Amino acid sequence: MKFIYYPGCTLKNKAKNFDIDARNCAKILGFELIEVDDFQCCGGVFTTSADEIATKLSAVRALKAAKKAGLPLVTVCSACHNVIKQTDHAMKNDPVFADRVNGYINDGDDYHGETKVYHYLEVLRDITGFDKVKEKVKYPLDMNVGAYYGCLMLRPGAVMETDDPENPQIMEQLIKTLGGRPVDYGMKNECCGGYVTVTDPGFAQKRSKAVYESAKKAGAEIIVTACPLCRYNLTKNGADIPVLYFTQLMAKALIGEKNER
Amino acid sequence: MQRIGVFICHCGSNIAATVDTSAVVNALSAEPGVVCAVDYPYMCSASGQDMIKEAIKEKELTGIVICSCSPRMHEATFRKAAAAAGLNPYMVEIANIREQCSWVHKDKQTATEKAIVLGRAAIAKVSLNTPLQPGEIPVTKRALVIGGGIAGIQTALDIADAGFEVDIVEKKPTIGGKMAQLDKTFPTLDCAACILTPKMVEASQNEKIRIYSYSKVEEVSGFVGNFTVKIRKKARFVDENKCTGCGLCTEKCPVKNVPNEFNLGMDSRHAVYIPFAQAVPKVAVIDADYCRMLKDGKCGLCSKICGAGAIKYDQEDEIIENKYGAIVAATGCEPIDLDKFDEFAYSKSKDVITSLQFERLMNAAGPTGGVLLRPSDNKHPKTIVFVQCVGSRCEAHAKKGKEYCSKICCMYTAKHAMLTREKYPDTDVYVFYIDVRTPGKNFDEFYRRVAEEYGVHYIKGMVGKICAENGTLKVQASDLLADKQLHIDADLVVLAAAIEPDRSTRPLATMLTASMDTNDFFTEAHPKLRPVESPTAGIFLSGCCQGPKDIPETVAQAGAAASKVIGLLCKDRLTANPCVAHCDEMSCNGCSTCENVCPYHAVTYIEKEFRMPDRTTKIRRVAQVNPAVCQGCGACTVACPSKAMDLYGFSGKQIYAEVDAICR
Repeated sequence: MKFIYYPGCTLKNKAKNFDIDARNCAKILGFELIEVDDFQCCGGVFTTSADEIATKLSAVRALKAAKKAGLPLVTVCSACHNVIKQTDHAMKNDPVFADRVNGYINDGDDYHGETKVYHYLEVLRDITGFDKVKEKVKYPLDMNVGAYYGCLMLRPGAVMETDDPENPQIMEQLIKTLGGRPVDYGMKNECCGGYVTVTDPGFAQKRSKAVYESAKKAGAEIIVTACPLCRYNLTKNGADIPVLYFTQLMAKALIGEKNER
Repeated sequence: MQRIGVFICHCGSNIAATVDTSAVVNALSAEPGVVCAVDYPYMCSASGQDMIKEAIKEKELTGIVICSCSPRMHEATFRKAAAAAGLNPYMVEIANIREQCSWVHKDKQTATEKAIVLGRAAIAKVSLNTPLQPGEIPVTKRALVIGGGIAGIQTALDIADAGFEVDIVEKKPTIGGKMAQLDKTFPTLDCAACILTPKMVEASQNEKIRIYSYSKVEEVSGFVGNFTVKIRKKARFVDENKCTGCGLCTEKCPVKNVPNEFNLGMDSRHAVYIPFAQAVPKVAVIDADYCRMLKDGKCGLCSKICGAGAIKYDQEDEIIENKYGAIVAATGCEPIDLDKFDEFAYSKSKDVITSLQFERLMNAAGPTGGVLLRPSDNKHPKTIVFVQCVGSRCEAHAKKGKEYCSKICCMYTAKHAMLTREKYPDTDVYVFYIDVRTPGKNFDEFYRRVAEEYGVHYIKGMVGKICAENGTLKVQASDLLADKQLHIDADLVVLAAAIEPDRSTRPLATMLTASMDTNDFFTEAHPKLRPVESPTAGIFLSGCCQGPKDIPETVAQAGAAASKVIGLLCKDRLTANPCVAHCDEMSCNGCSTCENVCPYHAVTYIEKEFRMPDRTTKIRRVAQVNPAVCQGCGACTVACPSKAMDLYGFSGKQIYAEVDAICR
């Protein structure tokens, strides 16, 4: 199975491990990731103003690249996934918005939501299958892992359709597959503070602290996430347990310890 | 040639303000066949009707057109007037120039033109009307009430009180419904059991009432006055006639760990059980899913202990077929599944409960004997958070919950808050609400007492998330009036879950050919003027199956439904609507299209012998309409590929004539 792969810019600098391990694990699991040529920043957040198209164009370009290749698009970063999935939804369901964007790009190939967009976790669950992942586990994890979703991967639930936004299970399933013990804690789908960390660091700190304290109380030895911003906020705001990307956790189980945090 | 009279109503200023009625008179006088056209301020008044009657006699009219309000309002009035003057009532046509013209237009000239066109169409139609004679159908003088909650019980009692026989079909082993599970009832706080159980006993002792408990309706056929219903009486493995309800078997049964549905799974019962102390009928029932004897053939303890010899392991389901003149749906409601509301941790924490569970926790016959203890550790909760509108008033795009208001939650939550503070004054009680809606009699006074005198913290805002941490429920919420985020450590959280129609309602509605709305509530024949009747003749609605209701409203509606049933049953014969479909057998090719589209099962097929032009005979399959079942909806006339189906009073020819007149 081949996918057009949109890593996003953070994965090219601050979160290189996230990207490298995603690729390494894909090789082991037998699917191919073809990086979008000359991809641009997704915009970081999906702006909800309907008449705002400029920051959504990069997402549309990535979607069109996948359409052209006739392959599904896969992302790993929660923020990229959120922007791309929401933009795709708007292109499919909001004809006025789609008209404006298509009119602006004007390359003779209008886009109306033809590309299927997956998050890497969804590929594992829905295409590869966790049972197949399990077969490839060489070094089963023997630890309590807190899955941390944050908000971008799940919400808005009606558009993202990744998992139940109130009680997601997809990362827990992965953790179990890798031999770890997922811990259930209340704050797993709460916001880390996000970009508020720039304008009101104190507030973001409060949010992040509530998340990792809740995970620790439930017995988590490490936290895994799919979002570079979540990881940044949690570690910067004093998380005293490791915060890893889920691909790093996979690499630990599939490849071994060479990729430490 | 018809002699047609046209009568144009002003309806005060309702029509006359927007439609130039004298212009309509002038225009319609010139129509072919019209021998008189007049206008009058109120055609429906006694003097207006007299005017019509006199004109019919004097001018020897053969058909009349009334240009007035909707036929739903006054068609019957004018038909009666025509009949009184000796004209066949089906020679009356109504042109609706009020709802469909004057009320929706502002410009007098366009409205007048439209009124003229509508009048012309009605004239064209009435020219082709033929006198119709309604047939008569007999009435079976017995009613069926489906559902044995307070709605069904009250309906049955009222019907029986008028002297008619009535059967109640209840799917559970006892009647009583949701009300039997409640503790106190708002706003007077009388105990639900104390006011309900006498009615249950009354129903069981009334010789006009038969109760089929642990039974369900399997099949419904027939039509108003003449329904045939198959009832499946499920095997309860106990002989109802022998069981004395002593309860000995329920004590000796070795299977003790069956979740007790009456207490919403908060305690357990035995495999043989009586649902609750005041159950009617007070007869034990064996739960086949758990009984060792029925599962493995090993045990038989209850049979040995039963002095009456009532246990019957070989009992089988029984199908009973009865005839009824009227059917009342009283299937009630239930709380929604909270699967999609994991933000409230309902599936994760035992201490997050629904309001119905809270009723059982407060009830002396409940799992805690009426002492408020939280389910996880049986400790007194010191802080209780009530969350209203869980699944009610949800936005459609959220794809969870219901868009409507469940209506009863504000009051029962106020009641819960009051009872808690009264019994346990050291408890902190919070109620989160979107709006507090208390428009019943003495309801708002009740709520204000709770909020003002009982020290309950009413907070406008919704709870966003609840997480269970080390035995505490961390409640995150917003206080919209103070514009603040709140964090409350609660011991118990009570969710006022939305109510929805019982899940048996949809298949039942299909059997009854009664229409439902998008929320699976039964639709009434008219939202204001016929609130207890289904659009399907002979089907009546009682209680929450028609929409969320509290007990006083349910009882009122139950009585109203009963009076409608009594009105039907006290007739020996019913006048059938003559505007029904009929089949032109010469054109019918027996294709079954009409049979498939007919929602009332009014079309059947017969093999009939026809004489052919060459004097041979041929047997052909042709459609036959049962005029007593046909509701005249016209679906078959549109679907019929060979135009063999036609409606009396709405024939294809008449419709074409109307269209021609409009397009002229």
